Amino acid sequence: MLVSLNWLKEYVDIDGVSPEELADKVTRSGIEVDNIEYVAEKSSNVVIGFVESCEKHPNADKLNLCQVDVGEEKLQIICGAPNVRQGQKVAVAKPGAVLPGNFKIKRAKLRGIESNGMICSLQELGFDEKHIAKEYAEGIFVFPNDAPVGESVEPLLNSSDAILEFDLTPNRADCLSMLGVAYEVGALLEKPVKLPSEEVTSTEEKAADYISVKVEDENLNPYYGAFVIKDVEITTSPLWMQNYLLAAGIRPINNVVDITNYVLLEYGQPLHAFDYDRLNSKEIVVRSAKQDEKLVTLDDVERTLNPENLVITNGEEPVALAGVMGGANSEVTIATKNILLEAAYFDSVSIRKTVKATGLRSEASTRYEKGIDPNRVKRAGIRACHLLEKYAGGKVLSGVVEYDVLDRSEKEVDIDTDTINNRLGTNISSDEIGNILNRLQFNFDRNEHHFKVFAPTRRGDITIFEDMLEEVARIFGYDNLPYTLPTGSATAGGLTKSQLLRRAVKSYLEGVGLLETRTYSLTSETYIQKLISNEIKDLNPEPISLAMPMSEEHKYLRLSVLPELLKSISYNLARNQYNLGYYEIGSIFITNEKELTKQPNEQLRLSGALTGKWFEHPWQMENKKVDFYVVKGIVEGLFEHLELPITFKQVQLPDMHPGRTASLWLGDKEIGFMGQLHPALEKEMDLKETYVFDINLEVVLQAHHHEPSYTQIPRYPSVTRDIAFVLDQEVHAGDVQVAIAKMGAPLVKQVNVFDLYTGENLPDGKKSVAYNLLYQDPEKTLVDEEVEKSYQEIIESVSKQFNAYVRS
Amino acid sequence: MQEQLKAIQQEALANIQEVNNLKELQAIKVSYLGKKGSLTQVLRGMGKLSPEERPIVGEVANQVRETITSAIDEKNTVLENAALEEKLQAEAIDVTLPGRPTKVGGPHLLTKVIEEIEDLFIGLGFEVREGPEVETDYFNFEALNLPKNHPARDMQDSFYITNELLLRTHTSPVQARTMKEYKGEKGFKMICPGRVYRRDTDDATHSHQFTQIEGLYVDKDVKMSDLKGVLNLFAKKMFGEDRDIRLRPSFFPFTEPSVEMDISCKVCHGNGCSVCKGTGWIEILGAGMVHPNVLEMGGYDPKVYSGFAFGMGPERIAMLKYGVNDIRQFYLNDSRFLKQFHQA
Ligand SMILES: [Zn+2]
Repeated sequence: MLVSLNWLKEYVDIDGVSPEELADKVTRSGIEVDNIEYVAEKSSNVVIGFVESCEKHPNADKLNLCQVDVGEEKLQIICGAPNVRQGQKVAVAKPGAVLPGNFKIKRAKLRGIESNGMICSLQELGFDEKHIAKEYAEGIFVFPNDAPVGESVEPLLNSSDAILEFDLTPNRADCLSMLGVAYEVGALLEKPVKLPSEEVTSTEEKAADYISVKVEDENLNPYYGAFVIKDVEITTSPLWMQNYLLAAGIRPINNVVDITNYVLLEYGQPLHAFDYDRLNSKEIVVRSAKQDEKLVTLDDVERTLNPENLVITNGEEPVALAGVMGGANSEVTIATKNILLEAAYFDSVSIRKTVKATGLRSEASTRYEKGIDPNRVKRAGIRACHLLEKYAGGKVLSGVVEYDVLDRSEKEVDIDTDTINNRLGTNISSDEIGNILNRLQFNFDRNEHHFKVFAPTRRGDITIFEDMLEEVARIFGYDNLPYTLPTGSATAGGLTKSQLLRRAVKSYLEGVGLLETRTYSLTSETYIQKLISNEIKDLNPEPISLAMPMSEEHKYLRLSVLPELLKSISYNLARNQYNLGYYEIGSIFITNEKELTKQPNEQLRLSGALTGKWFEHPWQMENKKVDFYVVKGIVEGLFEHLELPITFKQVQLPDMHPGRTASLWLGDKEIGFMGQLHPALEKEMDLKETYVFDINLEVVLQAHHHEPSYTQIPRYPSVTRDIAFVLDQEVHAGDVQVAIAKMGAPLVKQVNVFDLYTGENLPDGKKSVAYNLLYQDPEKTLVDEEVEKSYQEIIESVSKQFNAYVRS
Repeated sequence: MQEQLKAIQQEALANIQEVNNLKELQAIKVSYLGKKGSLTQVLRGMGKLSPEERPIVGEVANQVRETITSAIDEKNTVLENAALEEKLQAEAIDVTLPGRPTKVGGPHLLTKVIEEIEDLFIGLGFEVREGPEVETDYFNFEALNLPKNHPARDMQDSFYITNELLLRTHTSPVQARTMKEYKGEKGFKMICPGRVYRRDTDDATHSHQFTQIEGLYVDKDVKMSDLKGVLNLFAKKMFGEDRDIRLRPSFFPFTEPSVEMDISCKVCHGNGCSVCKGTGWIEILGAGMVHPNVLEMGGYDPKVYSGFAFGMGPERIAMLKYGVNDIRQFYLNDSRFLKQFHQA
């Protein structure tokens, strides 16, 4: 809502309060003022002048030589505007005047002839385009004939006006009217509100002889008032009205339309003027549209309607889309003589539906959607009649023809001083509360500390105690509330086990060098299918898509964090950032339903992607590329950190390197995978060699139950033995490792791989894997014989089981 | 013989004095004290001496041996130290060359901000809760006093999946879920961080996905001044002790009264500058007293219980606190961005 302060002054005294101060006050009490705009920049010494004569400049075709009466004197002025004429009243910047941009007007000679001042356009007076009516967009501005010569142009041009832009929250529809704003400002400044004149000189003739009103659904249209005004003269509206409309962002059209718009802004009540003679009937019937009924609206668009749309008809066909826009068939034109003026109350939900369906949003529909004041509907009609009589020469027929079942009662809300102070933490006296209610101009009955408040119908947002609590608090001032801390029951607070563990996982991963990322949950049709872990695929998930996606890129809820994470990697590669180690914890969304009827399962995944060099050193040449084992080391370390036994199995997955991918297992539960991306996918996504991991974090967090307890540090020395087996290439070193540990138990505490060798001195298809075994007995010092016995048993067993032999 | 001994001593000491490496010193030791050494040779002749002379010469001989031995030991120490010194000199390195790199990772800036806020409220007795990102229309809207057709639903255009399910537009549904869980039986304090989604076109100030932290405190006798006190504490801890807050009335369907909280501008301290667009204040979060309808739907009797709720955007807080000027940076994962917030 754009609020012209000059206009506002008609209803409430704001003298002595600067626009900035007022904006701050309004903002602090609940309505944000987004902007303060001045209609024009300051200028001085610009007055209204009368062009007594206007002749061609003898030495220049495009210039005019004008003699201009500016009251105290007559000035000879040379003017280049094409629209300057004798007999006009114009804005004259006298010598010594200062125009915007610090442009000083001096006496000068133009082509040999003296010019003592300047006839100004509105642009030259610093008006923004949007405050200039169409006809003066080019050339000088021309005042009405009754403009007082010699006086400052400021009052007539409204050039000193400041416009505050109110950013209204949905509850404050009352401030969609100048009167509503006046009540709000009046409450803040403790000033009364002056109501505009609704005086009408009615004629003998009765409106009822010209029109009847019928409403089919009282819920959708509880009030319809029809006023008939005869013999109007369509012309331009008074300059002040045009100025106020421009200030509010509405273009002036003609006096009749301008008056309906003016009252709409003044009262917040939409009005509509029909050309009575073009209605072609003596009745108004308000009903639901028929299926596929047609109406050409004022914007010359043919609308196809349905029964959800409320229409105003002449008994036969629609003449307006109720509350939204009039029909072209009954539009007021230059030829209009008689008017039927509509002031009605339409149900907000019905209007909202029509607006949604047609995409038509107007000043009128916005107010209906947000709710209007039932007590202002008819009064707005009368106010418009007053103005039509005054500025359009209309004769207002007596009596309003109306359909009326409108509830105009005020909501009663009981408040009391104790509860208010208890809820606010304040110590406001009952008298002060009474004073606040008076400032708001709310009626109330007071019984000591109890108040029965009659919330005015303009404030439809006030229905319960808490609404009044807010009113009292905001006028009292939020600044005046004390600072206290909760004193209620003590609560422990803290993180859940899962949250604590997640923090531990994160700090581990960051400790080993990974950066945390955050990517989008919504992905594209291409990526929704990619890099889904086996155990998720086994659930036969159906992709979940948005009903109305904003783009193809963000259409589906992800089934893997990896594709969006890889997009981030690719983004970095394109910016010459090649060495990356990323991880993310985020949800994937799993359902079996083709048509979602219940919430999907949201599963937390821990995913990572690494590429480029893992270690790089500028001068020691120790550059180490990320490879499978770097990533596996990180994953193993994580599970060691969590004290959970993780196992890796060779696996083949789509989009993954067929020989460099492992599935991850926690016992007999598959929980994810890791490995190198398939080069084809790397190419498709503009990636270089990239390794990923993807783990069902939820299962991991649930499996974790480690409560550390002290284990005796071994008192007896340990013994280590090395052993190298020659194995077939296909044999997995890990399987042998497991077999050694199993065979060596309980004396063998650890088995580690410390070397892998292929090539010279080994037969083709063979490899040598060297293991380091740690023997320890917690009870006593080991004797050589024991170790040797176990060692031989291991050699024998492994040799047999894996077709291996010891490399000497 | 005594003279012979003295001569040996003199000669030995002179030789020891001159020697300048350990090897030669060892040779000198052998040449005097070894089995075939000159001192040993002389002492072998002791047997020829008379019993009277023997002890006297013996004592002189011992003195000579001790003198030579200690001179050798002394020289040995000197030479060893010199050798060590030389070795260490040779081992000198350029300490200004870079060290072997340790991998340093780190949290995302949003995580850093969220965890800071979590820890702050945990300190005030708040538990940290989470909720689903795909929400029902009921929990996302209706239970928060936003019935179907409520005009305020226009305020947040949402990503619907079906008529009844959508990507949550705020973390507020967790309010309703928590109240349901506590069954209206006792007071509680909770915050809820999480991802939320809105139908916005991504640009410097909008993101279709972002994060939010919701807070809710329900108990008997919760006052609006408590809200003001808690928010003030939060603002000072988060942004600095020298920052002030102000509350402005606002509107949210799920709170009444509703407030918007501003903090004083870091640059101008409330006097107005370009950072705060001349107002002196910067909008931080929305809050309010829980609407009685919300309490009631959550199973709490609004005659007995009251509460406050607040909601804030970690992106906005991070942008204000760290000067990030484009919200998209939080989701692009540019490593040059991520690495800026490693530091403890
Ligand atoms: Zn500032």
